[in-house]
Amino acid sequence: MSETKNVMIVGVGGQGSLLASKLLGKLLLDAGYDVKVSEVHGMSQRGGSVVTYVRYGEKVYSPVIDKGEADYIVSFELLEAARWLPYLKKDGQIVTNIQQIDPMPVITGAQEYPTDLVAKMKATGAKVDALDCLALAEQAGSSKAVNIVLMGRLSHYFNMPEEAWQKAMEAMVPAKFLEMNKKAFELGKNA
Amino acid sequence: MKELMLGNKAFARGLYEAGCCFVSSYPGTPSTEVTEEAAKYDEIYCEWAPNEKVAMEAAFGASLSGRRSFCGMKHVGLNVAADPLYTMSYTGVNGGVVICVADDAGMHSSQNEQDSRHHAIAAKVPMLEPSDSAEALAFAKLAYQISEDFDTPVIMKMCTRVAHSQSVVEISERVVPERKAYEKNIPKYVMMPGNAIRRHPFVEERTRKLREWAETSGINRVEMGGTEVGIITHSTSYQYVKEVFGDSVSVLKLGMVNPLPEKMIKDFASKVKKLVVVEELDPIIENHCKALGLTVSGKDILPMEGEFSQNMLRKLFEKEVPAGNAIEDTIPMRPPVMCAGCPHRGLFYTLNKNKCTVLGDIGCYTLGAVAPLSAIDMTLCMGASVSAIHGYNIAGDGANEGKTVAVIGDSTFMHSGMTGLANIAYNQSNSTVIILDNSITGMTGHQQNPTTGYNIKGDPAGKIDLEALCRAMGFNRVRVVDPYDLKACDTAVKEELAANEPSVIISRRPCALLKYVKHNAPLTVNADKCVGCKSCMRIGCPAISIKDGKARVDATLCVGCGVCEQMCGVKAFESTKKEAI
Repeated sequence: MSETKNVMIVGVGGQGSLLASKLLGKLLLDAGYDVKVSEVHGMSQRGGSVVTYVRYGEKVYSPVIDKGEADYIVSFELLEAARWLPYLKKDGQIVTNIQQIDPMPVITGAQEYPTDLVAKMKATGAKVDALDCLALAEQAGSSKAVNIVLMGRLSHYFNMPEEAWQKAMEAMVPAKFLEMNKKAFELGKNA
Repeated sequence: MKELMLGNKAFARGLYEAGCCFVSSYPGTPSTEVTEEAAKYDEIYCEWAPNEKVAMEAAFGASLSGRRSFCGMKHVGLNVAADPLYTMSYTGVNGGVVICVADDAGMHSSQNEQDSRHHAIAAKVPMLEPSDSAEALAFAKLAYQISEDFDTPVIMKMCTRVAHSQSVVEISERVVPERKAYEKNIPKYVMMPGNAIRRHPFVEERTRKLREWAETSGINRVEMGGTEVGIITHSTSYQYVKEVFGDSVSVLKLGMVNPLPEKMIKDFASKVKKLVVVEELDPIIENHCKALGLTVSGKDILPMEGEFSQNMLRKLFEKEVPAGNAIEDTIPMRPPVMCAGCPHRGLFYTLNKNKCTVLGDIGCYTLGAVAPLSAIDMTLCMGASVSAIHGYNIAGDGANEGKTVAVIGDSTFMHSGMTGLANIAYNQSNSTVIILDNSITGMTGHQQNPTTGYNIKGDPAGKIDLEALCRAMGFNRVRVVDPYDLKACDTAVKEELAANEPSVIISRRPCALLKYVKHNAPLTVNADKCVGCKSCMRIGCPAISIKDGKARVDATLCVGCGVCEQMCGVKAFESTKKEAI
């Protein structure tokens, strides 16, 4: 079929990246790929920097993605996109929420939150698609739908039919939130 | 049907399919989900035990009664359960016993990165090691077969990357073997010297038979890919080896890491010019090869510490390492922090204020050691706070009493704090122990424990009364405070430290992340009152930051606990409740 492709989902512990990786996993498995999804639980979840690795292809071995290997980085928070940038392939694509969450060293004033991150990331040659996912999620009906807005945006870059995404959402999202999430997906996709 | 499954969930599925009937575990990252997922099957009795030793002994009891049983724990948990393990090796089993131990190379959520294979070798029990979810499921079933065929408990070793990675599995039906009758057998089950002396040769003979089985059973397999380089590997290291080398090298993939085969390894070594062992942590396979007289490379190239990765192997084996991009700015670290509204925060603030030496324990509250609170002096292992304060105070010849406390969570106290407290009660050191009762096992993701009143399924269960327990041990001074109430905390800490006898303070307030906990409206900062003194920054609340010289509250994080409000000298924090009404 193809060589192994790599997607990293990064953010801050508690932001809800779990549903995004579940959705991607289901989508890719149904498309006939071998898939591995790797996450870290426990201490780092408490407001720390968190990462989920999604790998797919004909046969996937390592459960993790290393520096310079990611085809896509999907980020729930701007600083996290910059933190994990070294993991992106030279010609890789970043899809990021522009929301900024101050980490403790910034809160205490020990360090500054870097400015102009989108421009600086682009200057390295990375392709960066930055959007206000929180606003779009709220427009769809819930601030919790940031993950689905991001997936909608990611669908731009994936060679995967619309129905496949819809099917994966129907399988993974509770029925009562399905319509709202479909709306969030569309808003992200068309942003 | 194919589905993506977490390694730990696949392990639980394997238990289910193998007809396991009894599960008793203590939570510990990265092992917790095996038991949580097993508890979703109505056919399996599941419970959280107070600690790993109790869990393993309960599983042994279930085995005696003729059922297949299981207990799960993290690597350091096996230290606690080592006592029953080493002698269960001698008694063997009736119904099959499978033990999960999950190692944490890289210490994502642990206090050390010990290699559990040493326990399997020392206890002389077989250890299987899956490298993905499909193997976790298959090996769990195989482990019961080995357990019953060879009359031994079987350890299945997971690691963070196998436990917390999802990969493709195919499931099948549950088959429950008929209950094995319990037959009284004193020479087998009563391990007093006369009997144990006769069981030891059985253990040695069993290991010999298992080693033979390992040669031919198929659990260890060879994937030939040329005769230049041969790599012996296991677990997640196998995946990195295949990722980097593909079919360009020959691989001996070990699924059973104790006992290790001899003929198979010698045969593999004879077919390749250069032999390399790729294993995380300690050189156990490597030393086995050396003992067989083989020339082998391993820890001369690879590190003893931390996790491996594909780039690490690429670099150390002189292959091309992919380059990535980076911006020039320093990216501020984002370490884990105590949550906004964490009940531990107010208590740690009070201990800081009173300049206490704080002997800590294992749990979320270990984050009290992180700046700006920096409120903990020591963290060793489960229960060590309570035992250590006793020694610290007595050996301090009176200099440490009155300014030292032990802090321990409710679940950790039940695990192994009670015995330390018994020592204080018995040998009467003038020690103050603070039980941080947040009514849940927090760090591992909200598991019930004997003090919460609910069982693993969320149904009502027995509830141990901490105050009554401490009083029954002989403590005259037992008091409860609300850690959101700084004044009450301060009074309690001062009075108990001043008292001339042992005391217990129970700092009680449920974890702010529990679903049933009702939060207050978020606070806001009155910018006219705030003088920018930053005294509120001393509690390390992620909801408070300084913007343009004034404090600011992030309303999406703030749960209105009011701790900052109480410490602000100019009363700049205000409730948003009034505006809401």
